[in-house]
Amino acid sequence: MLKPILLATVVAVASLGAQAAPSLDEMWAVIQQQQAEIAELKAQLNKTDSKLVETEMMVTATADAVEQGVAVSGSLAKMAQWAEKTQIGGYGEHHFNRFADSKDQVDAHRYVLFFGHQFTDDVRFFSEFELEHGIAGEGQPGEIELEQAYIEWDYAQNHSVQIGQFLIPVGIMNETHEPDTFYGTERNLVEKNIIPATWWESGVMLKGELAPGLSYNFALHSGLNSPDSGDEAFNIRDGRQKSAKATAEDFAYTARLKYTGIAGLELGATVQYQEDISQGTVSDASAMLTEVHGIYQQNDFGVRALWAEWDVDGDAAKLAGRDKQDGWYVEPSYKVTEKLGVFTRYSEFNNNAGDSSSIDSEVWDYGMNYWLTENVVLKLDYTDFVNESSGTDKDALNLGVGWSF
Amino acid sequence: MASLVSDQALATQKRAGMKSLVCVLCLIFALPAWSQKGVFLSAEDFQRQAFADQESSLQVLWLTRELRAQTESILGHSFGGLRVRYWTGGGRTAWVFEEIGKELPITVGVVVDNNGIAQLSILEYRESRGGEVRYPFFTEQFLRLGLVKTSGKPKLDGQIDGITGATLSVRAVKKVATLALLFHDKTLRTVSLEK
Repeated sequence: MLKPILLATVVAVASLGAQAAPSLDEMWAVIQQQQAEIAELKAQLNKTDSKLVETEMMVTATADAVEQGVAVSGSLAKMAQWAEKTQIGGYGEHHFNRFADSKDQVDAHRYVLFFGHQFTDDVRFFSEFELEHGIAGEGQPGEIELEQAYIEWDYAQNHSVQIGQFLIPVGIMNETHEPDTFYGTERNLVEKNIIPATWWESGVMLKGELAPGLSYNFALHSGLNSPDSGDEAFNIRDGRQKSAKATAEDFAYTARLKYTGIAGLELGATVQYQEDISQGTVSDASAMLTEVHGIYQQNDFGVRALWAEWDVDGDAAKLAGRDKQDGWYVEPSYKVTEKLGVFTRYSEFNNNAGDSSSIDSEVWDYGMNYWLTENVVLKLDYTDFVNESSGTDKDALNLGVGWSF
Repeated sequence: MASLVSDQALATQKRAGMKSLVCVLCLIFALPAWSQKGVFLSAEDFQRQAFADQESSLQVLWLTRELRAQTESILGHSFGGLRVRYWTGGGRTAWVFEEIGKELPITVGVVVDNNGIAQLSILEYRESRGGEVRYPFFTEQFLRLGLVKTSGKPKLDGQIDGITGATLSVRAVKKVATLALLFHDKTLRTVSLEK
C-alpha cells in the first residue's frame, strides 16, 4: 500500500522538476500531506490487525463454548450431566435350532438391558435386566430376571468392593457372555451344566489387582439350594436360587485368581466352598467347586480350555450319584478374515459322575461366526452328541444372530 | 451313624480349611497392590517424554467435513470437538485423546513420528476393570505401526493381540492409535499446502 504512494510522490516531484522547481515551502506541504496519509493508512492497518486478532479470539471462544456445551440452558445442562454419568447398554440373541430327532425351534433366547450410574469417581451402580425366551409369566416358557444389581465402591486406592447381586467370578462365560464374544449359537454345555452359568448370587465381593496382570476376587455370598430328592436331587444347576427370596441359612465363599499379564493370554482358577447346598434339609451337603481355565489368542489363532469339578459331601448326594459332577472342554478357533471365524469344540461332562455306571456326555460342536460389525454377529454351527448320558439325541443345526452395545 | 459322624468330622475339617483360605487371602490383600484405575502419566510429563530436549509448540488441527467423517468412522460414534490440539516439533506430533472403553473415558497419549507410532501411553484409566491396557506388554505392540494404505476406512497396518476381559478398552486404545496416525498425516498435508 505504501509503495504506490511513494512512487506517486517521486513521479509528482519529478514532474514538478520538469515544469519548475518547487519551493521549499511547497515541498514541505507535500511531505506533510503525504505524512498524514501514511499515518491514516497505518491506523487502518492496525485496526484491521486488531480485528483479525479479535475474530480469532471470537472463533476460539465460540469453539470452546460449543465443545464445552456451555451454550445450552441450565436444565439441559443438568440433564446432559446426568446422562453423562448414566450408562445404558445391552445384548440379545435369537436362535433357530433344527433338531435331528425333535421339533425344530425358534427362540428369542435372550434380551438384556444394562443400566449403570456413576455417583462419584469411587461409587457406581450397575445392573443387568433380562427377558429370556420372549415371554414370561405363569405357564409361559420365559423368565424375567434381574441378573446383576450392585453398588461398587473403590474403598481404597487398590481395592474395590461390590455389594448386592453379582455374577460369580468363575469360568470363562459366566461374567462375559455377550454373543459377539464367543463361538457357537448356544453357550457351551460344560459351563452351563457344571459351573452352572449364568450364575449370580447376593453378597459382598472384594476385587483388585495384586501385581501387573494378576487380579483377585473374594466373595461371601448366598448359597445354592439344590433339591434333595427326585431326578434332579443335588443337581448343581437346579440349585441356583437367583436371589429370589433365597434361603440364606448357609452361605458360600468364592476365591479367584486370574492372570492376564501377557497379551492374548488369560489363566484363571476359582475355588468355591458351599456350607450346605441343601440349605439344611439334609445333615450334610457341603460342597467344593474347583475350576481352572485358559484362553490364548495369538494373531488369528485362538484356543479356550476349561475344567470344572464339584465334590459334594454327605450320604444323600452320594446316594444320588451326584457327590461328584465334572466336565471339561477345549475349543480351538481360527479367524479366516477379520470378520469370519471358524471353531470346533469338544466337551465332556457328567452331572452323575459319582455313579460309576453313569456315562459322560461327549459333544462336538463345529461352525462359524460372521461379525457384521464388532458387536453384531451371525452364527452357524452343528452340535453333535457323540454319547448322550440321558439317552436323548439333541444333535442340532443351529443358526443365530446376536448383538451387544 | 458312624458314617454320619465321619461326614460331620469331614465338614468341620472343611470349614477349618475354608477359614485358613480366608486368612491366606487376607494376607494376600495386605500385600502391596496395583490399581486398575488412576493417573499414570501427566500430560506435561507425556509431552516432555515425547520431545525430550527438542523444541515443541502447541498447534490446532481444525476438523473439516471430510476429516470429521473419517474420525467418526474410526471411532464408531460422533466426535464432539471442532478441533484437536497437539504438540509438534522436529517432524513428530503428540496427541492426547479421551475415548470411552466400557463406561468411562480412558486418556491415551500417542506420539507419531515418520507416519509410525513412536510411543503410546495410558495417561489415565478410570474403570475398575480392563486396566491391563496400560502395561507395556500391551502398549508396546503399537510401536512402529502405521496406517494401511487403502482408500477405505483408516486402520492399523499390524495385528494387536487383545486382553481377555478388557475387549472394550483394547478397542478404545486401537481407535485412538488409528486416529493419531490419521491426524498426523493431515498435519503433514496441511504444512505442505501452506508451503
